[in-house]
Amino acid sequence: MFSRAYKAAVTLPPLIWVTVFLLMPYLLMFCYSFWSVSASQTIVHSWNFDNYAELLRVDVYWQTLLRSMWIAARVTVFSLVLGYPLAYFLSFYAGRKKDLLYQLVIIPLWVSYLVRAYAWKTILGSDGVLNTLLQYVHLTKHPLEFLLYSPFAVVLTLTHIYTPFAFLPIYAALEHIPRNLVEASHDLGATPGQTFWKVILPLSIPGVVAGATFAFVLSLGDFLAPLLLGGPSGIMISNIVVSLFGAAYNWPLGAAISFCMLLLVVSLLFFSERLEKKWSFS
Amino acid sequence: MTTSEIVMTSAADSAGRATLLSIRNVAKRFGRNVVLRDISLEVAEGEFLTILGESGSGKTTLLRIIAGFETASAGEVWMGDERLDREPPYRRRVNTVFQHYALFPHLTVEQNVAYGLRVAKRPEAEITSRVSEALNKVKMSAHAKSKPSKISGGQQQRVALARALVNRPRLLLLDEPLSALDANLRRQMQVELKSLQREVGISFIFVTHDQEEAMVMSDRIALLRSGELEQVATPREIYGRPATAYAAQFIGHTNLLKGEVRAGVVRCGPLVWSVSLPDGPALFSLRPENVRLATGNPPTAGNVRVRGRVGHRAFHGATELIRVECGDGLVLVARTPASGGTLNDLDLEFSPPDAILVRESPERI
Repeated sequence: MFSRAYKAAVTLPPLIWVTVFLLMPYLLMFCYSFWSVSASQTIVHSWNFDNYAELLRVDVYWQTLLRSMWIAARVTVFSLVLGYPLAYFLSFYAGRKKDLLYQLVIIPLWVSYLVRAYAWKTILGSDGVLNTLLQYVHLTKHPLEFLLYSPFAVVLTLTHIYTPFAFLPIYAALEHIPRNLVEASHDLGATPGQTFWKVILPLSIPGVVAGATFAFVLSLGDFLAPLLLGGPSGIMISNIVVSLFGAAYNWPLGAAISFCMLLLVVSLLFFSERLEKKWSFS
Repeated sequence: MTTSEIVMTSAADSAGRATLLSIRNVAKRFGRNVVLRDISLEVAEGEFLTILGESGSGKTTLLRIIAGFETASAGEVWMGDERLDREPPYRRRVNTVFQHYALFPHLTVEQNVAYGLRVAKRPEAEITSRVSEALNKVKMSAHAKSKPSKISGGQQQRVALARALVNRPRLLLLDEPLSALDANLRRQMQVELKSLQREVGISFIFVTHDQEEAMVMSDRIALLRSGELEQVATPREIYGRPATAYAAQFIGHTNLLKGEVRAGVVRCGPLVWSVSLPDGPALFSLRPENVRLATGNPPTAGNVRVRGRVGHRAFHGATELIRVECGDGLVLVARTPASGGTLNDLDLEFSPPDAILVRESPERI
């Protein structure tokens, strides 16, 4: 149908782009993870597993990785808990307001991430909106300190930012469920509740898996929210990587951590892909 | 049962079958768009009733009101002494076979059929036996473990039927269930569906736009046009004595004769015959098979005879339809045994009682 020249002309540019800006840097990073830094602050190209051994040996690295995963897991759960009912309501009950409400969910994505993170800072701070309000109505005497500079603040902010990402695939999956299946279920005597658990939820699983993957992967690699709102207890793995590539000047160790995260994310994507396939029936 | 041969005009009829479903003055509007107006219809126990109509006639809407997927703007639906139209669909003892089957794609054939019994929380042993019995009945036992996407359209159709019947509904609704099948399979399914209905003895309301399908399968046909019932009668009656011009034209071929009655005599172009009707315009339906080629002289006593020029001949296998121009703008279509004749002029004859007086069917918006 299309000539070879045409096919080459359309596939080559993205292929080159991916190779130069994605695969080569990854390869370079992979190489770095086996090198080391000398006392005189130069990169030594000697190949060994020292950096990976260091990761396991030094508590702060793997503990921070685990904490990051724990934060990402909570963000995922909260995003689904918020995103699913929203998507379900919009898809099945919003009627004519559907498009408007859909836009309202999307609009926050147009606002800069940084602005939204700072907004939470002004809300959660000890002189922030929330604490001032709580003291004004005499619910608390002193500002609540755990609100800002804590894992709580990070989870809250990331949930706010990534809920639309969880919402979108779920909404798409729900929209794809033929409505006559819902009617058939009611026709066969199933109440709306039974219909939800037996028909709608199973058929929306691919969307839930995709949404969960988005929320988890994106929040796992996030570094702005923990930087601005996390404080010492809310540090995430990306903050460590940033400092290793910056002030600490230990690119090899930073590369090793990055590679571990890459491996984690890729295997996660692989499993979510399998899961989505298993649950799709179209 | 042999009752299907009995001519019936109303649901609670001479065959002694009780009325199961009664639709009373049902109307439906979508905004300013009137889809159904003042529909009253009764369905007897064990009856096969077809709602026949063109697309947009409101037939599917009527079915959806009975099933509970739409609410009527006015009127009531009763099943026995229970008012149906205020119940949600899942509390109605009515099941539906959907146009595109609507099988659950994530469940196997067996699980699809078991669905209604599962949600009703029947004991597992009962579910197993009833499901296998239902699958047997529609000859789908071999595919019990398949997913719906792995079986053909005809097979999906059978599963949809089994899924509905396994719940032993009092009434089964079928929304153009055969329209997605090809012609041969369709004819085969018509026969199967009809014999299945006789076997289980459940009332069927069958929606179709195909008049032939309606004629073959139904005990009675309810002909719907632009949201109003045109005629409700047995296939024989609706064909033999159509009530309106629309009914006469929609079901089979017909000649519509627009005549003028004066002092007990109808004149319609060159045709003249006597009737006992008041003076004024009158519309008659004359089936092509009642228009015969006249042979011999003189015409049979009482018959109307007219001479005309042969126009188009349409070959239909055993018979052919001949258009004959009889002068004064009158065209008669006659169905004759296919003879392959090449006559240019011929005499046609019909007997006046075969010209059925019909009401006009005014245009509706």
